[in-house]
Amino acid sequence: MAHISNTMEVDTHYILGVYSDEDDLKHGIDHIREKGISIYEVFNPYPVHGLEKNLGYGHSWLPKAAFMFGALGTTCAITMQTGMMGGLWPMIIGGKPFISIPDFVPVSFEMTVLFSAFGMVGSFLVSQDLKPYKVPRIFDRRSTDDKHIVAIDLAKNTLSEAEIKTVLQEAGAEEVNRKDFTEEENNPSFFKYLGDLFKYGVRSTSRPK
Amino acid sequence: MQIISDVREPLVTGDKTYHDITQDIAGRVEDNPAPLWWAAMAFAITLLISGGWFLGDMLWNGIGRWGLNKTVQWAWDITNFVWWVGIGHAGTLISAVLLLFRQKWRTAINRAAEAMTIFAVICAAVWPIVHMGRPWLGAYWVLPIPNTFGSLWVNFNSPLLWDVFAISTYFSVSLVFWFMGLVPDFATIRDRAVTKFGRIFYGALSLGWVGGAKAWVHYEALSLILAGLSTPLVLSVHTIVSMDFATSVIPGWHTTIFPPYFVAGAIFSGFAMVLTLMIITRKVYKLQHYITLEHIELMNIIIMVTGSIVGIAYITELFMAWYSGVPYEQYCFINRATGDYWWAYWSMMTCNVISPQVFWFKKVRTSIVLTFIMSIIVNIGMWFERFVIIVTSLHNDYLPSSWTYFEPTLWDVMCYVFTFGLFFTLFFLFAKFFPVINMAEVKAVLKSSNHHVYKNRDTIKDPFDVV
Repeated sequence: MAHISNTMEVDTHYILGVYSDEDDLKHGIDHIREKGISIYEVFNPYPVHGLEKNLGYGHSWLPKAAFMFGALGTTCAITMQTGMMGGLWPMIIGGKPFISIPDFVPVSFEMTVLFSAFGMVGSFLVSQDLKPYKVPRIFDRRSTDDKHIVAIDLAKNTLSEAEIKTVLQEAGAEEVNRKDFTEEENNPSFFKYLGDLFKYGVRSTSRPK
Repeated sequence: MQIISDVREPLVTGDKTYHDITQDIAGRVEDNPAPLWWAAMAFAITLLISGGWFLGDMLWNGIGRWGLNKTVQWAWDITNFVWWVGIGHAGTLISAVLLLFRQKWRTAINRAAEAMTIFAVICAAVWPIVHMGRPWLGAYWVLPIPNTFGSLWVNFNSPLLWDVFAISTYFSVSLVFWFMGLVPDFATIRDRAVTKFGRIFYGALSLGWVGGAKAWVHYEALSLILAGLSTPLVLSVHTIVSMDFATSVIPGWHTTIFPPYFVAGAIFSGFAMVLTLMIITRKVYKLQHYITLEHIELMNIIIMVTGSIVGIAYITELFMAWYSGVPYEQYCFINRATGDYWWAYWSMMTCNVISPQVFWFKKVRTSIVLTFIMSIIVNIGMWFERFVIIVTSLHNDYLPSSWTYFEPTLWDVMCYVFTFGLFFTLFFLFAKFFPVINMAEVKAVLKSSNHHVYKNRDTIKDPFDVV
């Protein structure tokens, strides 16, 4: 496959449809998908309920991760308490048995919650690649303010750019724009990003003048 | 289909657009701090430094600086601890319990309430640490690590150790919950940044969030599960705090009603503190369209309900003392109401049980001034509740020759002032540098809860159209 990756274009090209209203967006997405166009991703300023159905996304697997981490927490807590109180240094306290299960409930519960919460948040951050030194690939800065952005990858669709733009307009997009990412922008370096920021300053913002 | 209740008001008033929400809330972070903010900050830091000086002196010279004696070995330290932890509970209740119950009015207040939770728990954590006298040895006493005095481990039968686990879990889970809620809003501020500092600082805090639909699906699941975890967690925390007392055999402490009674009291005092802070924030930041009278009224109703639960708990305690037939228990409660500390008991009763009943009147519930006054009265009352439980149960013990009257010293007072300084310093820093309202969540309720939708109170009949 080496010869393919050498000649493959590493820049990416997207057509963006901009929406202001969440219901227009949902109807628009249905229209785009009916036309057989595959949507790369939709960017929203807030969670739009039911959008995952229009996009055909499944449920999140995070609850399962939360359960697994919680079970791990319970196991660790019970092992720790029975080991310390029953094995390593048994002590008679208030005439209770060394391994006094009712007394171990609060700490076991707390550790279940602790492991579950941190495990789930950790899974979320790792799976979504969220980290403080990440350079985000931003399609349109207004997508964290008041616009919903539908991004369509040109390389993943057989239709031409003009055809996709027409479909987006039919689907009620307020604006249809093109966004290109170079190879470097697709694999950004944090240090280069910082360097550029200090060299050129802030070059784009969603704040109106 | 959306059914609009006749008794509810829209959550966002003033014909706001999505962009207005961003502008109103992120704008506060971007503007230079107002002179009023500097004044407030100077006040908070004055409290912090003056209280901190006394706290340092107390740590250097020992807890003999406090007014404790051999009969009353626990007084203001544990009172302040329980009081601050209790205040913290409202934040989790608003963000977690109200999320599970799909109460959308939480969206405007959950951010600041969660921040308050975290800062209140930090203030609470000061007390168990400093009351150890030699806190630098504390790690050996509270954490399950083998120590140099022999491989003796901590005692998992002790509710004080359960508290260590409960408070630290509560703090860290609340912190994570709060931070994850902030991530999309930090991304908004990052994208609006016009300075290098803003881009780097909020860029790092936003963790590179761009708001893709897939990420939102996971994010929603994350919020829901964290809320599901936080709900039993918050109930467990004050339950365990109450077990510090309830598992002992001291008359006045040894009662099974403590866990629900403490949890209700915690919610009661926490909502009062949320109101104190939010009424000021709302006024200073002009957030009247987001934190509406409807929000304030709903919080007041919760205060009234929890205040009445607390009242029932007080009366149940008295009944159980009589019904148990234990003379020590009976003496303890008669002594509370009529003994040396009668003034504390009746302050507690007036502030916590009688005064919240004014919220039966809609005029009072929707009055900002009266709500603000009530929020302070409730917190005074809740402080007295803890003081009454702790000090009146101890000061007249089994041996009349050791009966005593606890009086706080300047160090007691100033160490308490220190935690206020810490709390307000942290809260004012939060109010300036972080968005005080959850922009993403308010935007999510805007379409279904603005005044256009509510104007005619029409039920939208089309069952296929999700509003």
